[in-house]
Parts: sequence; C-alpha cells; structure tokens
Amino acid sequence: MPHFAKPAEGSWTEQYPELGTGPVSYEDSISPEHYELERKAIFSRTWLNVGRVEQLPRAGSYFTKEIAAAGTSIIVVKGTDGEVRAFHNICRHRGNKLVWNDFPGEETSGTCRQFTCKYHGWRYGTDGELTFVQQESEFFNLDKGDYGLASVKLQTWQGFIFVNLNPENTTSLDEYLGEFGAELAGYPFDKMTEVYKYRANVGSNWKLFIDAFAEFYHAPILHAKQATADESRKLSEVGFEALAYKINGPHSMVSSWGGMSPPKDLDMVKPIERILRSGLFGPWDHPDIEGLDNLPPALNPAQHKAWGIDSFVFFPNFMLLVWEPGWYLTYHYWPTSYNTHIFEGTLYFVPAKNAEERLRQELAAVTFKEYALQDGNTLEATQTMLESRAVTLFPLNDQEILLRHLHTTAREHVADYEKSAATPVKISAAS
Amino acid sequence: MPTLPTEFGELELFADWSLETEAERYAKRLSSTMDELQSFYDTAFPRLEEAIEYLNKFDLNALPPDATRLLWLLYSLVNASFPVEVWRQPRVPDSGAASMDMLIEPAV
Repeated sequence: MPHFAKPAEGSWTEQYPELGTGPVSYEDSISPEHYELERKAIFSRTWLNVGRVEQLPRAGSYFTKEIAAAGTSIIVVKGTDGEVRAFHNICRHRGNKLVWNDFPGEETSGTCRQFTCKYHGWRYGTDGELTFVQQESEFFNLDKGDYGLASVKLQTWQGFIFVNLNPENTTSLDEYLGEFGAELAGYPFDKMTEVYKYRANVGSNWKLFIDAFAEFYHAPILHAKQATADESRKLSEVGFEALAYKINGPHSMVSSWGGMSPPKDLDMVKPIERILRSGLFGPWDHPDIEGLDNLPPALNPAQHKAWGIDSFVFFPNFMLLVWEPGWYLTYHYWPTSYNTHIFEGTLYFVPAKNAEERLRQELAAVTFKEYALQDGNTLEATQTMLESRAVTLFPLNDQEILLRHLHTTAREHVADYEKSAATPVKISAAS
Repeated sequence: MPTLPTEFGELELFADWSLETEAERYAKRLSSTMDELQSFYDTAFPRLEEAIEYLNKFDLNALPPDATRLLWLLYSLVNASFPVEVWRQPRVPDSGAASMDMLIEPAV
C-alpha cells in the first residue's frame, strides 16, 4: 500500500512509455568507446554549469575550469565593463595554457587587470582582446585584432554561469533549461552566499554517481547507521516513496518528504543534532530572508505539507537540490575517463549571523560528507563489478525512474550525434 | 599560557583540537584513537551550549583570538561527534578508499 499517491497510469515510470519498464544495461557506463562518443555528443555540445556569479565579485575577477570531457580548459572572467565572458584557456601565440599556477592541470582563481602568458609574455585584456605582443616588430604583418582569445558561449540563469562549447549552438540557455528553469526563477539563490565546497575523485562513470543521488531508495539501507537504531529500523521497514517525479526534456526531478527538520521526536536524532538544531537536512530554523514563504512553482510540485527537498537533474552533469529549511546544494560530475570523474558538492547558506548559526551550518556540511563518503565508495564497487560483465541486465523500480531517464537521454544524445556525424559522409560517398 | 577563554579552562587539555580548517580537523579525527575521541567529546560536549552562548555575544566577523579558537574547537567537536555518537570508529564505515576534500569554507 503506497503512502503517497501515484499518477493515474499506475506508476511514475509508465507516465513516460518511451522509458519502458524492462531491465536495463549499463554498457553505456563501462565502455571506453561509448565514453568517447559522449565527450563529443554531450560535453562538447550542451550547456554546462561552471559556477556562480558570486565567484566573480569585481571587474577582473576570474576562475578557470578544467573540462576534461570536452578536452579543454576555460577562463571565466568579469570584464571592466561588468560583463562575464568565457574563453578557451589557450594563448594565441604558441598554444600555451594561459592561466594556471604551479600545476597546469589544477584550477585557479583570482583578480587581475590582464592575463599574461608565462611563455612569451603576450597579454590579453579581460575582454579577451590581445593587448601586447613581446617584440611585436619581429612578427610578419601581425594584426593584434586577429588574435584575441577564442571565446566560448556563456549565459547565466538565476546567477548560475553556464557555457556551451559548441560554437554552432543556437539553443538559448533559458530554452535549454525548459520548464524547470522557468519555474525555479525567483528562488533567493542570490541570498545564499555562504559556501562550503567539497571535491572528490571518484572511481566510477559519471552517470553512476548521478544515479546514486537521483534515487532515495538506497537511503534507508546504505545510510542505516546514520540514524538512531529505532529510527533506522522504521525507515527500512517503510522504505522510500517520493512525493513526485517529473521529467522535462533532458532534465528531471524528484520531490521528497523530509521529516528531520525538525524531527517529530527529538529522540529520533543524535545528541549533537538536538543541541545544534541541525543535521543532514540543514539547520532546522529558516533563515531570516524574503522569498522562502512564497516558493516558485517548480518546488514542492505535489504541494505536500511534509515536503523536505527537491532534487533537479539538469542534463548532463548538474544537480540542484533545494531544501525546505532554506538552503541549497549543487552537485557536479566532471568525467575524466569512462570510469573516473571528479565530483563536486557545494552547500550554499544564508551567511551566519552568529557562532550558533555557523555551527549549525558546520554540522550540515560535516554530515553531508559522512553520507557522500558512503555513496562514493559504493560506486567504485559498482563500477568494478559492472565491468566484469558477469551480469548485463538489471531491473529498475519505479522509485528509480530518473536513472532510466538519465541513461536513455545520454544514449539518445549519442545516437543523434552519430546520425548527424554520419550524414555528410554518406552524401560525399554518394557524390 | 591559556589559548581559550578562561571560562572554558578545562578544554585547554584539548586545545590541539582548535584547528582552522576542515581538512585539519578531519585528519586529526582519523589519526585519533576512539579513547582520545571519546575523552575530547565527553569534556567538550557538556560545555557546548554554554560555549555557544558565550560566542553569540560577539560579532562573528570580529571574534577575539581566544573565542575564535574556541569556535574552531567546537567545529572539531561537530566532526568528532560522528565517531563517538554513531560509528564507534574514527572512519565512516564502508567508506574504504573514498576521500573528499573541502576546497572552500567560510573564513570564520
């Protein structure tokens, strides 16, 4: 007997017949060849979130982002005109990586008036224009106007900075983010500027970690010991049912209840949580800002009074989790090979006004890590065994609908890319 | 030479838990025995509410050095609460080779 109503079709999954209900293959997560196709079909063509506008507080503020899956590094910089731009991180002279400190592969950030190449001293303005060439007269008819930094398409949504590495892309970011993007607009993301950011190297395909965070079916089991014994027993008996699932184009979301903020019974939580009034679901008391009473329509779509959290999967590798107590969390999954990726988890709170609020955030941030370490280690075990190919088909239940959708979407992108890449070859062969 | 506010003198024994970054706090937790973690927790946890009350009197961005060290020690208590209250071991169970680094945290 379900605790929460399901749609008229009888299940969340059967609302979307194209997803099917049969067992699935994870060959798309264990094949090096498939990953090479994903790099071109997905990471070189879709809008990718690379950060937030608060990372660029003043003119000349910049950060670099390594996007190994698209085979590049980019610079994101706020110009003296206040505009945020993105460029490939490459000097136009001999191809040296333009902005880096000590280790060329590591990301960096800072504030500068111009970018100076470490190799021969060529300089570029924060608008990407080439402004200085060492011994310019030694060159042959060099017009500096022809050698500005190679630009990358950049657009922002609600303060989130996205880039698209396909120069021919014509889909605007707003159009790409679709209904979820439009209906999340107005949430006070800009007030939540206190940042705790984690990074981990994970030994699994990027999609498998999204899988882990796109279903809560695992939560009562994998994280059983995180709750008190009584609570843990109850949670695993009841299992997990979402309040709602929604799919919109390549994106998806799950809406869940959240009984822990604050808990009905203080005995349900650990002693430190009782004192600090905080935990996995964040500080129990709402921060004192506007915009939390009247939530945008994308949040709590079931309009359930027990609502606790909504998790949005913005294809391909950006998750946004909005928590009822008034904070948010982002996940990014940056592939580095078919079976490795860099995971970033970032918590955003309204800045603490005193030590007590700060300690509550600290507890939420530390709790997040305790959970994520369990999740991360499970993934390496999954990746290794999937690669054994001892078993090749796996069932997915109705609470795992977002996994079915993610893998289907990723495979469709690859299939579409292969089709479009194949077309010109056929034409030239025929002529 | 006391490093913490005098009201919290008994925590001086654990002043080496006054660590500025999550990375240092987590590393100290992993390199401690359960006895060490338990003894830190048993001393610091009963003073948590009083310490919060003490610290709340200050502007968070203008804490005196001894109050800052007390706050850092409380961050360590938060971290150490997991082995003591939940895991009964310093490491997160089943976390094996997994690791996760905090790259950005608030200045205070």
